[in-house]
Amino acid sequence: MAMPQSAVEPQQAKAAPPAFESWGRYPKYDAKIVPLNWQCDFPGVMSGLETAALPVGLGRSYGDVCLLKDGTLLLTTGMDRLLNFDPATGILTAEAGVSLAQILDFAVPRGFFLPVTPGTKYVTLGGAIANDIHGKNHEAAGSFGNHVPSFELVRSDGSRRICSPNQNADWFAATIGGMGLTGVITWAQLKLRPIVSRKIDYEGIQFHGIDEFLDLKQRYQHVEYTVSWVDCASTGRNFARGVFMLGEHSKVPGELKPSPEPKLSVPFDLPGFALNHTTVSLFNSVFFHKQMKAHVKTVQDYEPFFYPLDAVLHWNRGYGKRGLVQFQYAIPWQHAKEGTIEILREIAKSGLASFLAVLKAFGNIPSLGMMSFPQAGIMLALDFPIKPDLTFPLLKRLGDMTLEFGGRLYSAKDAAMTPAQFQAFYPQWQQFAQYRDPRLNSSFWERVTGGGSTL
Amino acid sequence: MSTLATQPAAAAILVDPNSKIAKKILVLGATSGIAEATCRIWAAEGAQMFLVARNAEKLAAVAADLKLRGASYVGTAVADLDDTDKHAELLTHAVNSLTGMDIAYLAHGILGGQARGEQDFEHAAQIIYTNFLAPVSLLTWLANYCVQRHAGVIAVLSSVAGERGRKSNYIYASSKAGLTAFLSGLRNRIDREGVTVMTIKPGPVNTSMTAHMNIRKADVKKVAATIVKAIDKRVDTLYVPIIFLPIMFIVRHIPERIFKKLNL
Repeated sequence: MAMPQSAVEPQQAKAAPPAFESWGRYPKYDAKIVPLNWQCDFPGVMSGLETAALPVGLGRSYGDVCLLKDGTLLLTTGMDRLLNFDPATGILTAEAGVSLAQILDFAVPRGFFLPVTPGTKYVTLGGAIANDIHGKNHEAAGSFGNHVPSFELVRSDGSRRICSPNQNADWFAATIGGMGLTGVITWAQLKLRPIVSRKIDYEGIQFHGIDEFLDLKQRYQHVEYTVSWVDCASTGRNFARGVFMLGEHSKVPGELKPSPEPKLSVPFDLPGFALNHTTVSLFNSVFFHKQMKAHVKTVQDYEPFFYPLDAVLHWNRGYGKRGLVQFQYAIPWQHAKEGTIEILREIAKSGLASFLAVLKAFGNIPSLGMMSFPQAGIMLALDFPIKPDLTFPLLKRLGDMTLEFGGRLYSAKDAAMTPAQFQAFYPQWQQFAQYRDPRLNSSFWERVTGGGSTL
Repeated sequence: MSTLATQPAAAAILVDPNSKIAKKILVLGATSGIAEATCRIWAAEGAQMFLVARNAEKLAAVAADLKLRGASYVGTAVADLDDTDKHAELLTHAVNSLTGMDIAYLAHGILGGQARGEQDFEHAAQIIYTNFLAPVSLLTWLANYCVQRHAGVIAVLSSVAGERGRKSNYIYASSKAGLTAFLSGLRNRIDREGVTVMTIKPGPVNTSMTAHMNIRKADVKKVAATIVKAIDKRVDTLYVPIIFLPIMFIVRHIPERIFKKLNL
């Protein structure tokens, strides 16, 4: 069971990568990792800790929202027990460290599915609440927090609160989208939705330009899941070309077996030059023309529809050691079209092309979180490889443009917002700060509040 | 690998992985990391389980989880297994709740502190009591229960550490060495009665017990899957991961005059 403690070498100072990385692998910060395996572990584990701490899950947020430089990361993935399920209501109660993949393994064979799912199933329930994540069905379903009837929040002073829209409503609102800063979520409820099949009725439609995208969005607004891939690298005739993808859970009863374990993985870092303008343009062209016809209709499994990249574990290693940064905005309808065109132009001009650019309309269902990202309008998300002299000035420009058009950036994807930008995107931040647990902090929060730890 | 039971027909029913009969499993130390991972596999197979652990809150969470994952029955008892006087009552209650027992899985144990134990005999004695003496008490009852029925698997988590004492953890190692020797003798006595005694020797596994150890650790889900398969096959001794079979062969055969100078 146990091993030679002699094998415990002190961690090598410089060479070793940090024990916990965010998905963008930038920035890289060392931190001590303390597991929370049980609901009763927090705040007991904090005694004797001199640093601030931050609860974290599977590290799928991209920037520093899940990092705390020289602090303590409270790893919640050991708190992964399913506690109760009521098939009559679809309400699952589970510990916060359970992953959405584990929830799917449980739910799908019983004829249920996640009410909202992001582009990866390897996030924890607690992380999904803390970042109030959204999915392809935002117009129909709102964000993740809209489907969480209640959860328990434990603070470092030992106080425990059951939070729901009716009970401790202010703590409920502060914790949804609260970036893990309001306390530790020990368990949460999630209202699952029924399905009769794993299959998705899928359609893919090519478009050229934002006008065509908006027409498609209008025409298919009754369809539950919609998302578009957009080519950010092309200019001229191909500017803002893309594929509008839509899907609905099949209504034809089918097999409800659990998903197999993924087999592919990028085992090591690709060299930094692996993803350059040529390879990315090539990828984008292949993706665009993979669908040879302008309009494709098919039935596919939910895995490739919702989680195309989960099939390759650690795909982020494709960006090499330096990592990647994401940029994701939501601009309200008033300026959504012009803002998106301007920003896409700026990106294409920069030549820092992106592998995956995702374009989507957000709907009108308001998020319940005080600091939630989604708002009605257009959302664009894309990756950039890190080229220090180029990427960060571009991100600064794009952030300022987003602000000009009345939009905001997504904290869970960010590694570059300035304090001024953040405080303009989220003017309610000081109100939120009152709900922060004094012993919890994140590198993101320190960065965008300019030393938030003193608040 | 194992000697054939005197009642092979009964054994075949008990351990046939394709059997539709739900296994009846007693788990001692059910909140330990390896035990919980193993129980999740059994739960998915629809097993009936009786769980014993010290902490009521943790035990309730594990029990709820296993029920949702498919266990057809989950009974629990909160008990400190150091309290050997209560073992007979506890085990009787457990097998009555299960209405029988196909597998007893002993997974409780503590790592303790080597440095502390070097100075403090009370602490050293505590490690040996919890890891060796308390299991001896449990095994004595369980062995006799199984012998009466000429059936059952008694699977016990020992450790590769028990193969040779080293300065970094010889108190823990000696408790596991004692346990391994006891199991070897017990097997020699009751295997011919149709009872499988299985010694499981894990290397370092990624659980809360080893959270502070900065070494390469095996994935607990894989370890658990290996253990479940080995129990179905009625293996006598299991090194998991299997790489520890050759590693420990070498460790056992390093001459003492060299070994005593190593920093292990």
